[in-house]
Parts: sequence; structure tokens; C-alpha cells
Amino acid sequence: MSFRIASSPHQHNQKTTSQLMLWVVIAALPAIAVQSYLFGYGVLVQLLLAIVTAWASEALVLMLRDKTILPRLKDHSALVTAVLLAVSIPAYAPWWLVVIGTAFAIIMVKQLYGGLGFNLFNPAMAAYVLLLIAFPVQMTQWLPPAALQQHALGPLDAVCAVFNQASCQGLSLEQLRQGVDGMTMATPLDTARTDLMMGLTLPESYQKPLFQGGVGVGWFWLNLAWLAGGLLLLQQRVIQWRIPVSVLGSLALCSLIAWSVNPDTNFSPLFQLFSGATMLAAFFIATDPVSASTTARGRIYYGVLIGVLVFVIRSFGGYPDAFAFAVLLANMAVPLIDYYTRPRTYGHKVVKGR
Amino acid sequence: MSQNYKELATQGLWSNNPGLVQLLGLCPLLAVTNTVTNALGLGIATLLVLLGSNLVVSAIRNWVPREIRIPIFVLVIASFVTAVQLLMNAFTYELYLALGIFIPLIVTNCAIIGRAEAFASKNPMLPSAFDALMMGLGFAAVLLALGAMRELLGQGTLFDGADALLGSWAQALRVEVLALDHYFLLALLPPGAFIGMGLLIAGKNAIDQRKQRKQQVKTAITRARVTGTIV
Repeated sequence: MSFRIASSPHQHNQKTTSQLMLWVVIAALPAIAVQSYLFGYGVLVQLLLAIVTAWASEALVLMLRDKTILPRLKDHSALVTAVLLAVSIPAYAPWWLVVIGTAFAIIMVKQLYGGLGFNLFNPAMAAYVLLLIAFPVQMTQWLPPAALQQHALGPLDAVCAVFNQASCQGLSLEQLRQGVDGMTMATPLDTARTDLMMGLTLPESYQKPLFQGGVGVGWFWLNLAWLAGGLLLLQQRVIQWRIPVSVLGSLALCSLIAWSVNPDTNFSPLFQLFSGATMLAAFFIATDPVSASTTARGRIYYGVLIGVLVFVIRSFGGYPDAFAFAVLLANMAVPLIDYYTRPRTYGHKVVKGR
Repeated sequence: MSQNYKELATQGLWSNNPGLVQLLGLCPLLAVTNTVTNALGLGIATLLVLLGSNLVVSAIRNWVPREIRIPIFVLVIASFVTAVQLLMNAFTYELYLALGIFIPLIVTNCAIIGRAEAFASKNPMLPSAFDALMMGLGFAAVLLALGAMRELLGQGTLFDGADALLGSWAQALRVEVLALDHYFLLALLPPGAFIGMGLLIAGKNAIDQRKQRKQQVKTAITRARVTGTIV
């Protein structure tokens, strides 16, 4: 975090970077557990791959830069990046996908800018966008929630699927993606969006088995788990309330307006808040202390910007979920936001009409 | 005089390379380097225009009034670009279609007008032509390196579609280096060009730094010993 623009007095909260990062990982555990229970064990394999790649690439670059390796690995920032990327990509995506993504996040997005504290963009989200643009097919191969899967998958199958793109019994990923009704399934956001394009209204689309819980089987619980983890981070003062509240608030407000105008074609606020990556992004990704705004007022603007962008992209854009793009775009605006929201220096008056 | 030509060659090919050091003409450089063939096509076209314009600008340098030299240079360059464009339209039609707007855009390539202004308008014809050749080759080399990098990463081949540039015999040139199941789209898309360009520049700087360090070490060793002798 840069203290150049924050004015003194600074209060020290007695937490080291390494403790903060470790808390983020701990807070992510419930959601990871829910995700592996509801969506299959693939996510654990991805996590393992991502963490190993992140440590390896971090160590490699630090070695090339003639820096001490172990102390910098121990700040756990690479671990957090790996975890956030691994939970965002489809659980049964091929193994090289997460390896390429994590290596890109650590080497290109973080270390080439100067390492932790200097990166302009959120490494995990930049890598996610890279993967989404470079491998659109693999990045949209989400399996249906385990309750709807036609073929149940064990932990060993997860390993087979990630490395071979087929389960140990030889079922291809395309077959695995079939739901109980034999239809290939996408995420709720994707399905609702495709249905809208095909001329269905949303209430019609919600009749599909995928939406039994109102916002999609499993996705509601997953978002609740991320929310719980986020509240833990708030309670531990690892993050502050401004960014998550402004992200969720602006997204809810925008979707409330749109939904009350036309509920047939616009997602309800509940659907927006509890589907896709909303809670994960609001509490874990947008609050990244390095790439987010550093001033109190600036964080609110930053969060509102993300919320509005997500609403706009989800409603009018080409991709079903939008948090990666919204966070990256907001990251770009951060220097400007920070410049215009510099806090009053202690003991000085605010100059009018600056 | 030969020393001078050697200096021109290193300037154009390495130490003052239009692509890597002056960072001129980045628009076509980044836009068309998705395959080696496209890169080679644009590299040759730029080289021809650069050669022609430097020759003519140098030939007329004593008659051009200083105040209106830039429009005249642009006029000269534009005529050569038009000639090259028509030639490509006639002989390498597929490549002409593939490069599209970037052939006429050679007019706005700052590397060309930069050489006309900085070198050709002040030097005789022969050095100007040599300078154009070296600068053009340097630019083409960067295009080729970037094109090869992107094509290799993106689709695992080299010289894909070379027949569009060199005629049907060139189909044999196509090398499939890696059999990729999935194209790495990013390398073929514009972001790949920017990242690749950044890596190329970083690589050049790293080589330069290493060379400099080596030289320093060398001079340290060759220092004459002035105090006493080793027995």
C-alpha cells in the first residue's frame, strides 16, 4: 500500500502483510469447501496447480532479479493470487490453463511491474481476462452443480478430468457437462443471457432445473460462503467496509431500477448479488490493497465504478459475468481517483475550488 | 569512409533500431505481425519505400526550401507508397488483402519521415541509400522477430501462408513447429503484440547491459599496474 498520499497521523494496526494475506486465504476456505462440495473436487486440483505454479514463478523471477526469495514468498501474496485465480476458473478446465494463467499473473502482472505493492492491476483478474480472451472455449466449460450432474464424479475423476479432459471411466468433458436432463449446462448467468437472446423472458428461463434455488442451484450457497468469508475479513479488519458496500450497493441499485422498469428482461437485484462471482469479487478481489484506491472517499468511488460497470457489462456486454473486466477498468481509474480524493492534511484547511 | 558505413549499419540494425529503440512506426509494427508472412510483407514494403524516399529526398535536398520541406517529404513518400501498393496489388494480391489499410498507412510511418528529415536531407545519395537499407532491414528484423514469436505461440507454425507473398513454391516453407490443439488467441490478438514488443525491447536492453558490464570488467582487468611489481 502506498502511504505517499495518505496524510499523517498513521495508525498502525499491528498486522504484517503476511498475516493479512493469510487471513484472506483463511476467509476463502469456507467458500472453497462449498465449491468443492457443490461443484466437484476439480477446484482442489486447480488450487494445488495454481499454488505450485505461483510459488515456482515467483521464486524464478525473484532469482532473476537478484532478490531474496524466501522472505518474499512468505508474504503469501502469491498464494492469495493463486487461490483467487483457481476458484474463478472452471473446475475441470485443462491443467495448462491454470498454469499459464498463474504464471502470467505472477510474472507479467506482478513482478514485471516491480513486485508486491507496485502492480497496477489485480494479478488474478488480469490473468483471468488473459485466459478468457485467449481460451474462450475452455474458460466457459463450467460443469453443472453436482446435484444436477448426470455422471457423479469422485475425487480421482477430478484429477483425471483436469489432466486428460475425461473422467477415469473415459467420459469426455462434453458428456460430463450434461445435466440430469441430458442437456449441456452453462452457468446461470450464461443460461439466462442466452435465453434472453433467444427471445425468452426471464421468468420463462427460470423454469429450467438450473434455477431451482431462484438464482441457480449451488450458486446461491457459494455466494453466501464468500459473503461469510468477507464478513470475517471485515471483522478482522483485513478489509474496510467501503469497497464491498459500494460495489454491492451500486450493483443492487442499478439492477433494482432496471428490474422495476422491466422484470422480464432485467435480472433482479437478488439474482445479480447472489449469482456469478459477485460476493467473491466484492469482498476478495475488489479490496486488493495494492490495486484498489487508497483514500477513504476514493474507495467509495472505486467500488461504485465497479458496481456500475458490472451492471452495464452483464446487461449489455458480450460476456455473461463481468467482474474481471470491471475490476481491471476500475484499476486503471485508480490513479485518477486517488489524485482527486486526497484527504485533507492534518492541521490544514481544505482549499476551496481546487 | 568505410568506418562511417559500419557506423550506419550498427545504428540501423541495433543501437538506433527504428523499432526497438526509436519506437517509430509502432502502429503497423503491432498490427500486422500476427504471422511471419505478414511481417515479411510489410517489412519489405517499408524497406522499399524507405529506400526510394531517402534516395529522392537526398537527391533534391539542395533545391528544397527549408520552410516547406516536410510537405515535400510527405509527397515523395506518398508517391513511393502508392507505387508499392499498386505493385503489391498486382503481384501479391492475397497479401495485399491481408495487410489491408496498413500498406497505405506506411505514409504515416514516422520511421520513414524521420530518416528523411534526420539523415537524407543532410547527406549525399549513397550514404542515404545505405542508411535507408540498414534502417529498413532493422525495422524488418523487428517485424520478423515479433511475427515469428506471435505465430509460434499463437498457432505453432512458421511461414504459414508464405505463398501469398513468394508464390506457390513457398508453400513448402510452412513449418509446423508445435502441433497445438488450441490456438493461443492472445498471441494473435493485439495485446499479444504489445506484450511481445515489450519483451523484445526488454531483451535488447538486457543484452546491451550485459555487454556494458563485460566491457567494464575488461577495462578493470587491463588497468596498468603502477605501484611495485609482483615477484
